[in-house]
Amino acid sequence: MRFPKTVVLPVIWLLLTNAAHAARIGDLTETSITEQALRFFTFSDPSLRLALLGCILLGLNCGLLGGFVVVRRMSLVGDTLSHAVLPGVALGFLWNHTKDPLAILIGATLVGCLSMLTVSAITRTTRLKEDAAMGLVLSSFYAIGICLIGMIQRLPSGNKSGIDKFLFGQAAAMNGHDITLMAVTSGLTLLFVTFGYRGLLTLSFHRAFGESLGLPMGFLHHAMMLLISFAVVTAMQAVGVVLVSAMLIIPPATACLLTDRLHRVLILSAIIGIATAVFGAFFSFLGSNLPTGPFMVLAGSLVFTMTFLFSPKQGWLTRLWRQQTQKCRIERENTLKAMYHLAERYGFREEGITLLELANTRREPLEQIRQRSDDLIRQKLATLTEDGSMLHFTPEGWRKASAIVRNHRLWELYLTNIMQYGADHVHDDAEKIEHVLGEDTVRQLERRLDFPQTDPHGKAIPGARDIHAAIAKPNLGKPTGY
Amino acid sequence: MPDLLPPFDAHRVFVAPWTTDLPTYGWMTLMAFLVTTACGLVGNYLILRRMALVGDAISHSVLPGLAVAFLISGKLTLPAMLAGALGAGLITTFLIEFLHTRSRIKADAAIGITFCSLFALGVVLINVFASKVHLDAECVLYGELSHLALAEHSLGMPVPVLVMGGVALIVVVLIVLFYKELLITSFDALLAGSQGFAPGKMHLALMASLSIVIVAAFESVGAILVIAMLILPGATAQLLSTRLPICLVLSVLHAAVSAIGGLHLSLILGCPMAAAVVVAGTLLFGVAWAISWMRQRARTIVSDIHAVVS
Repeated sequence: MRFPKTVVLPVIWLLLTNAAHAARIGDLTETSITEQALRFFTFSDPSLRLALLGCILLGLNCGLLGGFVVVRRMSLVGDTLSHAVLPGVALGFLWNHTKDPLAILIGATLVGCLSMLTVSAITRTTRLKEDAAMGLVLSSFYAIGICLIGMIQRLPSGNKSGIDKFLFGQAAAMNGHDITLMAVTSGLTLLFVTFGYRGLLTLSFHRAFGESLGLPMGFLHHAMMLLISFAVVTAMQAVGVVLVSAMLIIPPATACLLTDRLHRVLILSAIIGIATAVFGAFFSFLGSNLPTGPFMVLAGSLVFTMTFLFSPKQGWLTRLWRQQTQKCRIERENTLKAMYHLAERYGFREEGITLLELANTRREPLEQIRQRSDDLIRQKLATLTEDGSMLHFTPEGWRKASAIVRNHRLWELYLTNIMQYGADHVHDDAEKIEHVLGEDTVRQLERRLDFPQTDPHGKAIPGARDIHAAIAKPNLGKPTGY
Repeated sequence: MPDLLPPFDAHRVFVAPWTTDLPTYGWMTLMAFLVTTACGLVGNYLILRRMALVGDAISHSVLPGLAVAFLISGKLTLPAMLAGALGAGLITTFLIEFLHTRSRIKADAAIGITFCSLFALGVVLINVFASKVHLDAECVLYGELSHLALAEHSLGMPVPVLVMGGVALIVVVLIVLFYKELLITSFDALLAGSQGFAPGKMHLALMASLSIVIVAAFESVGAILVIAMLILPGATAQLLSTRLPICLVLSVLHAAVSAIGGLHLSLILGCPMAAAVVVAGTLLFGVAWAISWMRQRARTIVSDIHAVVS
């Protein structure tokens, strides 16, 4: 029991502060971590090799099917199925009083199909909604399973059957037969997904369309449900009844946060599923007699959390950070624009713009303007005179300022001339769009407006030549353009 | 398979629990009734709000809440348990909401991810600190009503029964007090908001009372059977009536019948009583389903006759 303490402690430390005294548990009876880790990575243990193979197959199978499950918003179907097959497991065991994987698979699959039929019968014939029907079937089937297991455990053969291992899962309890069965079901899934991909894609996103094309939607749906129940039942041995649905949900949900295309989601979720399963097996192996399932799920949720926070496109923190930088950029551009307006008011003298004037124009306290000018200087868009009172554009700063002002004024002109807005209605709109107009759009606008020189308020629009000219006298008033 | 069932003995199954063994079985039946009543009353609202699976989620995630409460307080005390469960329930609700509003994850996947992760965390905590926490994993899955026999007595009844009775009483009082608010927020949250009933607060309050009911029921029926206790009474009642007050009364009736039925069933089959109570409740649901189906048939036949006559 030495390693798990060290694994879980950091988690606990986050949760509670005085866990340290509580964490002082039993004496060390098992081998050391490094020894166990070595055994894991050298694959010297044949039963370990078997368990690992099982985990890989499990991750692959659940990951592939889970992709469809999550995309079709059927996540809780997996949950229902995994709880509801319990009586089937018990019945399969009763068949010949051993843990014969094939009998258990058949029993569990039959009961799984029965549970799904019951859910759809309840929703069709009564006022109860699908969620209530699923919860009802899930828990009542589970109760029947618990009753049966309770009865089995009183049997002389049932006591040491290890049927209770199905509840939390123990990868090490898998034997050759289990692995063969897993390989067969995973192979079936792989074949099904490869050859039925187009049909499954249609089924996932637009079933009615597939039906109108004459694709066998009903067949594909039922075949998929059957494969899902196979996956759930074979994975149960390693992950346990309660948590097997997590293997159908967490890897694909993670993949969905990373990519948009279904085939990539499937590949990624299979990879994540395999990695999760192997990690779970590794941790539980280190702790010797710990159940595998919870560790797999924790490994999966760790990966999910990281993806949720840091995924390049969808990550929550990534998006927050992107919003923040966007906000900073807009503020910076607004300061540059204010500088441009001041320079314009003074007829583009070669002198700089004083901070005091800038503060007046932007209606902000001097302190804040100082921060803004520091930011501009850091970005090498402006320079400050020695005494710290005047700002000068750098060439890059000048280019950016003119570009923003040009965007603003072109847009105002577009709204008044082409969209027929009143000249007094266009400013606020232009304030927003000036920061997002792209180079191509601006060129197109200029062409549409026939290379204008003044905006609706009579101010000159800086053209391309002014933008690329040095800070020196801009050539305003004469025709410019691209 | 003859030894699967214990030998049937009418006296042992039907008479003894009410006479010689009353001190044991009486408390167990009462406990089962109280659990099913409290859960069923709250569950009625869950079903109406289509949140049955949120109940599922919270019942799983109460486990890490309990484990953490144990680790902090070091022993099983009522306030620690309640605090742990409340915390876990609110964190679950928050996490589900957070995941599916802040990313493209859909609500169903968010529920699945949240409760599976939290439950896994709970199981790991319990396994790793097994010697410290005397809450074993089996109990989480089966629930053990027979532990009642070992419980301490106070005020003339076992402490868990006292606690559960208190919780059930609180649930009843809250429902009576906030009947109107619960009704309107459950059926039409928008209207409720416009009338100033604060549907958000009612939602949170419901989640909080759900967590408390679940934690009180936890030791007796386990994390998963409690889902059945939440959904079965309400679902059965709502098949039989469309009026909420009648549904609430019917679910209490359902609780009573399934508790007594479960006692006898568990003695006949020789299986854990908590599971037997759920099986009995499921049978009742089956009966209600048949009745509602026959009523529908009768109604269509009557309307057919009317059509023919006119």
